[in-house]
Amino acid sequence: MNLEELKAIRERAKKDIELRGKEARVKVVVGMGTSGIASGARDVLRALVDEISRRKLTDVIVTQTGEKGLASQEPLIEVLEEGKPTVVYGNMDAGKAIRVVAEHLVNGRPVLDYVIETA
Amino acid sequence: MLEELSDHLMDIAMNSVRAGARNVAISVVADKPRNLLSLAIVDDGKGMDDTMVKSVTDPFFSTKPGKNIGLGIPLLKGVAEMCEGEFMLESSNGKGTEIRASFALDHPDLPPLGKVKETFFLLCVSNPEVRFRFRYCPDQEEFTFDTKEINDSLEGVPINHPEVVEFLREYLNV
Repeated sequence: MNLEELKAIRERAKKDIELRGKEARVKVVVGMGTSGIASGARDVLRALVDEISRRKLTDVIVTQTGEKGLASQEPLIEVLEEGKPTVVYGNMDAGKAIRVVAEHLVNGRPVLDYVIETA
Repeated sequence: MLEELSDHLMDIAMNSVRAGARNVAISVVADKPRNLLSLAIVDDGKGMDDTMVKSVTDPFFSTKPGKNIGLGIPLLKGVAEMCEGEFMLESSNGKGTEIRASFALDHPDLPPLGKVKETFFLLCVSNPEVRFRFRYCPDQEEFTFDTKEINDSLEGVPINHPEVVEFLREYLNV
């Protein structure tokens, strides 16, 4: 493993972190229980991770969670943003995930077509 | 129901994360001379008491909504036994859980391994507070990976920072 490269990343990234403060602006949670994985949640998670890193969004984090109890509409993702209602997207796939990153995470407009619940 | 063995790895590792594990060790070893594929997932999460240990391998155990118990373990046990392998689960309250599954490498029903390194990648970047150690030996070569090594070099920069994610993607070749 090229530790030098990691150290270079550390130097560049440290400034990002100092400017921004601790908490991420937006958290995206992918349902990765057994039924989620069986219905294709891995590909959704992969698409989100790739697109968020491609766009260098340092204020968005992606995490996983377990069974959400809405198995018939999996893969599911939740978008949590402070001060805004949680948006739950269902029946997701990689293509839809990319659209959610562009329209919702970057431009602040939830993709209503994919929303199954807001709370 | 889970197409590839790496899906099972992801599923079991998620159990570990949900159990509050700070350390998760995953190994995938193919031993051709012994015709044996072995998977192991060991965590230091909250563990289970004897009653729950007996329940989790029973697919007919009734689950109440919100209990976060699913079919992942019985499914993995079923695949191992179908492939003339073995399944072992050990756990104790407050200590963590160890799950091992083995399979005959040449068994016709053995599911493909699937995207093992991608599984490592996704687990690492989605759970930055967990230390993952991976060991992957698909044939003679051994690949090991420890997120502590990465975090030590990063000195506080999170492992899910876009540039680190890019680095990991290239390093793991996923």
